[in-house]
Amino acid sequence: MDGEVQLQIREVSKHFGGVQALLRVSVEVRKGEILSVIGPNGAGKTTLINCVNGVFHPEEGRILLNGTDITRLPPPKIAALGIARTFQNIALFRGMTVLDNLMLGRHIHMKNGVFRSVLYWGPGRREEVRHRQVVEDIIDFLEIEALRKRVVASLPYGLQKRVELGRALALHPRVLLLDEPMGGMNIEEKEDMARFILDVNDEWGTTIVLIEHDMGVVMDISQRVVVLDLGSKIAEGTPKEVKTNPQVVKAYLGAKAAAP
Amino acid sequence: MAEATLPQFLLRHARTRPNDPAIREKEKGIWQEWTWKEYLDHVRWITLGLVRLGFERGDKLALISDNRPEVYWGLVAAQAAGGSGLAVYQDASAKEVGYVVDHSDAKFVIAEDQEQVDKLLELRSALGKVQKIIFDDPKGLAHYKDPLLMSLRELEQLGESSAREEPRLFDEAVAAGRAEDVALICYTSGTTGFPKGAMLTHANLVAAAEAIGEVERFRPGDQVMAYLPPAWIGDVIFSLSGALVLGLTVNCPESPATVQEGVREIGPQILFSPPRIWENLVSTVQVKIEDSTPLKRWLYRRLMPLGVEAVRREMEGEPVPLPLRLATWLARAFVFGALRDQLGLRRVRCAYTGGAAVGPEVYLFFRAMGVNLKQVYGLTETTGAACLHRNEDVRLGTVGRPYPGTEIKIDESGEILFRGPLVFAGYYKNPEATAEIFRDGWLQSGDAGFYDNNDQLVVIDRAKDVTSLLDGTKFAPQYIENKLKFSPYIKEAMAVGQDRPYVAAMINIDMENVGKWAERRQIGYTTYTDLAQKPQVYDLIGREVERVNRDLPESTRIRKYLLLHKELDPDDEEVTRTRKIRRKFVAQKYAPIIEALFSDTALVPVTSVITYQDGRQATIQTELAIRAIGEVPEPVAV
Repeated sequence: MDGEVQLQIREVSKHFGGVQALLRVSVEVRKGEILSVIGPNGAGKTTLINCVNGVFHPEEGRILLNGTDITRLPPPKIAALGIARTFQNIALFRGMTVLDNLMLGRHIHMKNGVFRSVLYWGPGRREEVRHRQVVEDIIDFLEIEALRKRVVASLPYGLQKRVELGRALALHPRVLLLDEPMGGMNIEEKEDMARFILDVNDEWGTTIVLIEHDMGVVMDISQRVVVLDLGSKIAEGTPKEVKTNPQVVKAYLGAKAAAP
Repeated sequence: MAEATLPQFLLRHARTRPNDPAIREKEKGIWQEWTWKEYLDHVRWITLGLVRLGFERGDKLALISDNRPEVYWGLVAAQAAGGSGLAVYQDASAKEVGYVVDHSDAKFVIAEDQEQVDKLLELRSALGKVQKIIFDDPKGLAHYKDPLLMSLRELEQLGESSAREEPRLFDEAVAAGRAEDVALICYTSGTTGFPKGAMLTHANLVAAAEAIGEVERFRPGDQVMAYLPPAWIGDVIFSLSGALVLGLTVNCPESPATVQEGVREIGPQILFSPPRIWENLVSTVQVKIEDSTPLKRWLYRRLMPLGVEAVRREMEGEPVPLPLRLATWLARAFVFGALRDQLGLRRVRCAYTGGAAVGPEVYLFFRAMGVNLKQVYGLTETTGAACLHRNEDVRLGTVGRPYPGTEIKIDESGEILFRGPLVFAGYYKNPEATAEIFRDGWLQSGDAGFYDNNDQLVVIDRAKDVTSLLDGTKFAPQYIENKLKFSPYIKEAMAVGQDRPYVAAMINIDMENVGKWAERRQIGYTTYTDLAQKPQVYDLIGREVERVNRDLPESTRIRKYLLLHKELDPDDEEVTRTRKIRRKFVAQKYAPIIEALFSDTALVPVTSVITYQDGRQATIQTELAIRAIGEVPEPVAV
């Protein structure tokens, strides 16, 4: 199932002081796939995502989106090119409503300047309406109609995570980076989230890179899995291949899984 | 030509007022509207699409969906094609869905979304009679390649092309419909055993709508909310037959979670809710008042009792002194008006409660606010309501007078019997049950009642639910439970005490309100079970129980109570889908707990199995504290 490569991570290295966070990691993400990145704590998963969306710049190696080098671009530029992400610890404006947070997610697509935007009539209004339509589609998609006017801080954790996914989707990304979208959720919330991720992938063909700890979820929804350990890639393949890879079992799943 | 069937009424509206709004649904944040002409178009396409697929006269169409225009179009389409429609409770478990769909011999099923489609596909081996599953919302279904599946859009397109080829087919099919055709099969949730399919004819549905329309003078274009399960007769009589016969405009909320918001935006003239929803509204108000400014709190606390006193006197036929009348008038103008507006009840001309008894406190609360809340009474077998309060004569404790054209009498044993055009045509494929419910041409309700000296019907608790303590003292559990449920912190309660020395109560806390209460007091909790077992929560509920006790005769006061570790849930078969407690079942299931309530133990261990909607099961193990009223709780060893 070789598809067109959309995101290419080539030999990327990054260290913080004496800690080698990533060591010549290469990953090819194919268009329209769900790729999971797994690995024990401190394996460099989040660093990898941070490098892709420009939070960090790697010391070595290159990152290409559809063949264009994005290695040195700042995060807003990368977002404008169609890479959106969510964060392990939710990054929303907690004092604002769900609707406003989602509308903010559209700002990169807003063309009008300050002067046009503050006028109620004309292009400013037309633009607002257009973006509101996009946001309403997302609200419908994520089934958060009841939350539009709710302030984010007042929502339970699982729903905040869902809103954050919505905020990322509002960008209409081509590639979506999800950093532990199910961390801290109960089974039911996880199932909902897994379904939404599959639906996003299904409906809009969005390429998804997923960092997740819940092995059940990873094995269920991803087409391919990349395993990191201590900053290096130790395996890559279908969930089944990875699950049976002895190195992975040793590094990640630990002694418990290795036992009969 | 006089209309006899619902599709015939639809044709009339589409002819006489084609551009008036017929139905709305809020979608993407905006109320979308369909006119009567558009309503007819959709029904026509679905009808002809179904006919193309092989739907014949007398066939059945099942629908599983939240309240959406498509549900009502589907039901009418099945009728237009000469068959009957039936809605299935959308939150029913796969097992229940399987039983109803199979028993009804439904040839086609319309399912709202992937969730419902999955439920049906899982059951496919048991659903041999189903020829197509038609889905409405395609989200997530793009990769389903099952030949049994088809989208509603495709079905409508099929019907559209059929309409072009045979333009008279639809009108002919509708014209062939007769009043005595079965229009709807309503599966009753039933407090015991398998659900039974009550067959309602067009004549039943039309008569019921015309009767209430005549009494209440509903006007075409009056707004109703469609938010109760379409499988329940209480929704159908307004959102389907009421709308089609009387020309009401139906409004479907965006999602089940936004009903309250929808009500506020629409401001319906007619609102029908089961007691639970009215009880929840009371709780919402009480909690909101707690959170509001001191002035508002003060006003509310001063004025509400006055308002309640005034309407109580009114309803009991006592004179209302002038100062009280004045105070009520002022309160309605300056305080309750705003409150009603907040709740979306400002324009309500007729508000109804039915399906079960509502406590007098709830009743007085809304009437004091100026909401014309009235009681209706009836059964699924009498096309829903068959008896209601007249505006000028609303009395506490009664359910009003029979609909015009309907006879209600009390037999020698005190049982309420019905006769007239609202009485159903029998249970589908169940002649024994049909024979059992009729006696000499009268339908037996199973409820006990009497007429008071105002000629108003009074329904005594379900006859079988009135019971007595060990010493013979009679008590009605429902009466006590309703009083408990008036508390914003109590969601559900079951009073027990049959052949026991005293009354005890098992209580479900209201997670939302108790949760907020706990947060305000900085009491940390994790789950429902954890919250329910907090000593502070026991104190809180204890105060509520004591408040209820003050209104009860000494002998039937609640002596002991316990907070359950989980909510009584229809998925666990503990309450019906319309939220009536299945007493016998609960009593059996919780037998050890009930036993403990009548012993000296202060802690009772429980293990209970929870069934999720998808059929999976999980086990909870915990200990529940038992408290006696007035007793200082003993320290619990850890």
